[in-house]
Amino acid sequence: MPFKYFGKTNFTPYTKVDKFADYLQKGKLMGTKCKKCGEIYFPPRADCLKCMDDTFEWIEFSGKGTLNSYTTIHAAPKGFDDIAPYTIGIVDLKEGGRLLAWIGDIPKDEIKNDMPVKVVPRIFEEIPEIKLYYTIEKP
Amino acid sequence: MKVGIVGIGHGKFGNRSDATVQELTFEPFKQAIEDAKNLGREDIDALVVGSVPEYHMQRSLPGVVAEYVGMNPKSVWLTEAACASGSAAIRTAYMSIKSGMHDIVAVIGVQKMRELSTEDILALMGRVGDVQWESIFGTTFPGYYALYANRHMHEFGTTKEQMALVAVKNHYYGSMNPYAFFQKEVSKERVMGSDEVASPVRVFDCCANADGAACVIMTNEKLAKKFNDTPIWLEGMGSASAQMSLLRRPNLVEIPSAVEAGKQAFEQAKVKPSDIQVADVHDCFTIAEIMAYENLGFCERGKGGKYIEEKQSYIGGKTPVNVDGGLKAKGHPVGATGVSMTTEIVKQLRGEAGKRQVTGAEIGLTHNVGGIGQYTFVQILRR
Repeated sequence: MPFKYFGKTNFTPYTKVDKFADYLQKGKLMGTKCKKCGEIYFPPRADCLKCMDDTFEWIEFSGKGTLNSYTTIHAAPKGFDDIAPYTIGIVDLKEGGRLLAWIGDIPKDEIKNDMPVKVVPRIFEEIPEIKLYYTIEKP
Repeated sequence: MKVGIVGIGHGKFGNRSDATVQELTFEPFKQAIEDAKNLGREDIDALVVGSVPEYHMQRSLPGVVAEYVGMNPKSVWLTEAACASGSAAIRTAYMSIKSGMHDIVAVIGVQKMRELSTEDILALMGRVGDVQWESIFGTTFPGYYALYANRHMHEFGTTKEQMALVAVKNHYYGSMNPYAFFQKEVSKERVMGSDEVASPVRVFDCCANADGAACVIMTNEKLAKKFNDTPIWLEGMGSASAQMSLLRRPNLVEIPSAVEAGKQAFEQAKVKPSDIQVADVHDCFTIAEIMAYENLGFCERGKGGKYIEEKQSYIGGKTPVNVDGGLKAKGHPVGATGVSMTTEIVKQLRGEAGKRQVTGAEIGLTHNVGGIGQYTFVQILRR
């Protein structure tokens, strides 16, 4: 599964961490771990920020975390106007790192900072071409 | 050896469908040469252009600007740091003078943003976050600042009303600035009643995309007096960076590059935040000005909302901020903004700011943030 299928509009079809999309299609949210110093990354990184080692392995994330911040976007950029308004959030992941995604099925009045959430891998069904993404849901 | 500013110029900001990019630059460039005394265009050794290339149809902007303002065959180059390109250009000019490579350098900040549609600009600016992991969810520039605002409200109790008060102040001062895009006051009710762009950020919490240009002419201590009786000295030049992605930042309630750049500038200028008598800060959104008060040490972290509520950033308060209207009322032609800030502080320190003058101001500051905080440049200027 090439990385170009990650996201409604993908801007980076080539990356050293392109296996991320493969795993996501299988329903797995994966981060990376530096083989040398053990530092864990989400979003995934091929090259370690800390020790500069360039070997890494994939580790599965639970998707669990807490909602750091969120906003409902009304004025959308090109390529997203058809789904506006939409709410995006930033999740502090349990295993470390952060993730930005759409908030899925959580009713608006229940969205609160620091609430526990779970990140769920998804496939766009309404778009003919396969498109992978993930949403933020109640655990 | 100190570096000083001996000439300033500022074009009208706003919808400038009447002019090309290079035509916009001619206005402040001519003004700046006339503002300095005994200075001819031929005395200028180099021209630095601060601008973000993606907005223009014209490629390789410094080339066309140098030709149009008549700087050939002198040295000319572009400096880019997103919305902080103007201050980045001033920094490179400062370095070239400080090193002795050039004696007199002109800096022009310019942007013509209205060659693109708002929708295209939203898409372009949304990509100032990480395009691999963030932009694929339709992030926008106001959206990023909304994420800051949401968290700031949660952690410190900052309110939408306090954010609105920043817009009220900046439009109040903007109404006295003939170069501002919007020279009209707005009420708190009007700000709070405007449409949401990215909650909690409303239309009136955002600065406007604009066209415009500004110029400064800089030289060394030895020559400065020859060109101006009151050179304004660049005494603190802070510059720092922060992670591209909010996902890799320590927190979402401050801009770490601003804290670091501020620290550097205060240290170099040997002054404290409380010594600053007038400041121009990067209020691309109202929450950005509130964070700027905190990041620069005008108030404690988390107290920025209170600071505007108590009118501490008005003339007569602890630190008058954006008394030229800020990005909010002036408009934000990205490459021009940093240079515009510097011209305003120079005016204030010379005592030439008219109705907006902070009486007796001798030490001023500019704070120019690029992108969503990836770059910040802080200058401390002194009479």
